[in-house]
Amino acid sequence: MSGFEFKWSVVLNSVPTLLGGAELTLIITIGGLLFGFILGTVAGLMKLSGKPVIRPVANCYIEAIRGTPFMVQVMFLYFGVPLALGTRIPPLTAAIVAVAVNAGAYVAEIVRGAVQSIDRGQMEAGRSIGLSHRQAMLYVVWPQAFRRMIPPLGNQFIISLKDTSLLVVIGVGELTRTGQEIVAENFRAFEVWLAVAVIYFVMTYTLSRGLRYVEYRVSASERARSSST
Amino acid sequence: MIEVQDLHKNFGHVEVLRGIDASVAAGEVVVVVGPSGSGKSTFLRCINRLEEVTSGRILIEGQDVRDSRTDINMIRAEVGMVFQQFNLFPHLTALGNVTLGPRKVRGASKAEADDIGRKMLEKVGLGDKIDNYPSQLSGGQQQRVAIARSLALSPKAMLFDEPTSALDPELVGEVLAVMRDLAREGMTMIVVSHEMGFARDVADRVIFMDGGVIVEEGKPSQIFKQPKSARLKDFLRRVIEH
Repeated sequence: MSGFEFKWSVVLNSVPTLLGGAELTLIITIGGLLFGFILGTVAGLMKLSGKPVIRPVANCYIEAIRGTPFMVQVMFLYFGVPLALGTRIPPLTAAIVAVAVNAGAYVAEIVRGAVQSIDRGQMEAGRSIGLSHRQAMLYVVWPQAFRRMIPPLGNQFIISLKDTSLLVVIGVGELTRTGQEIVAENFRAFEVWLAVAVIYFVMTYTLSRGLRYVEYRVSASERARSSST
Repeated sequence: MIEVQDLHKNFGHVEVLRGIDASVAAGEVVVVVGPSGSGKSTFLRCINRLEEVTSGRILIEGQDVRDSRTDINMIRAEVGMVFQQFNLFPHLTALGNVTLGPRKVRGASKAEADDIGRKMLEKVGLGDKIDNYPSQLSGGQQQRVAIARSLALSPKAMLFDEPTSALDPELVGEVLAVMRDLAREGMTMIVVSHEMGFARDVADRVIFMDGGVIVEEGKPSQIFKQPKSARLKDFLRRVIEH
């Protein structure tokens, strides 16, 4: 016997503080993914572009982000970039920017894949009634591609949410950081980290269940819409 | 109205069109026939520049399709196109498919576009299907929506790229009937088709293509009853036998 005794009181006492951290985790994830989606859409469409300079630029961004660890990106952004700029970046801003830049690279691939999966005949039919390339993309291809992006975007959301725990290195008070601070005070690592893990799990599990439902709806409507040819 | 001069088209090293000269007058119905791989679909797709031409000239009402000053989007609105695979927009209803052009290309208001859309769907016999999605329509109905989608822009000419080839045999008639009506109303039409009956009855002129060139052209009676070239005779024999 190690003499270890599980104390529910520790869990109960730390939960309110931890939920505050979880809230920040969600804010960072949602904010990061919102900007990440915009960034990823731009980069994904740039990657589809036939113009000579545009595609390599998008490629460099995507490869650089996918080829380096998130934690290194975070530290570079928070500790490195301010030295070059000469101004500090507030931790929350840095956190959201880091998630956005990171997720953007993965979203770019999701966007590219979804747009490319739409039959070429759709763009042609759009062009044949006189729509410009941009209009055909916006009114014909994009709405169809977006449906197909929903499941992978949901996955990316879950990945990014878990990745925010690495933001502990810049001291933004998200869930992992909050747990670390509580443990530093009461030394109850077992109860606190277990509680932290459960809170992460509840968030990701809820998301993945919600996602499964959305996926089901999307595939049902796809099935209905492509049943007769 | 449509003038094609010495049209060449290569796909990589493969020469698909090897010098096509053709002209289509306003109100004329031209049916293009020929074995598969003869370049007839490519020829059609070059006319509204869905395919980039390698060399040659295409004039539509005197406007050079390849000229950088030509607004290709306006040309395409004036020259409707119907595809073998319909290519309806699956996320839009029949009415949504037909009104997209009027709204975004012609700048019509929603009410105006809906009005045009309803008329066009009625014209192709689908006035009761305006709220249906393409997946809820048969192949023949889908192709008729596709025709209405082009007509909604009030084009001066229509291109049909094997419009009935993807249809079950019993659905071919309803699409051909709509095309016959259009021809009767004086629409300028170029139709790539394997429907010899349609060509015989409706065409003012039949063009026979093989190997990327026009081998023979003339009135349907002449093409079908007195073919001159060996290739056309051979083609007709194979088409009619099977």
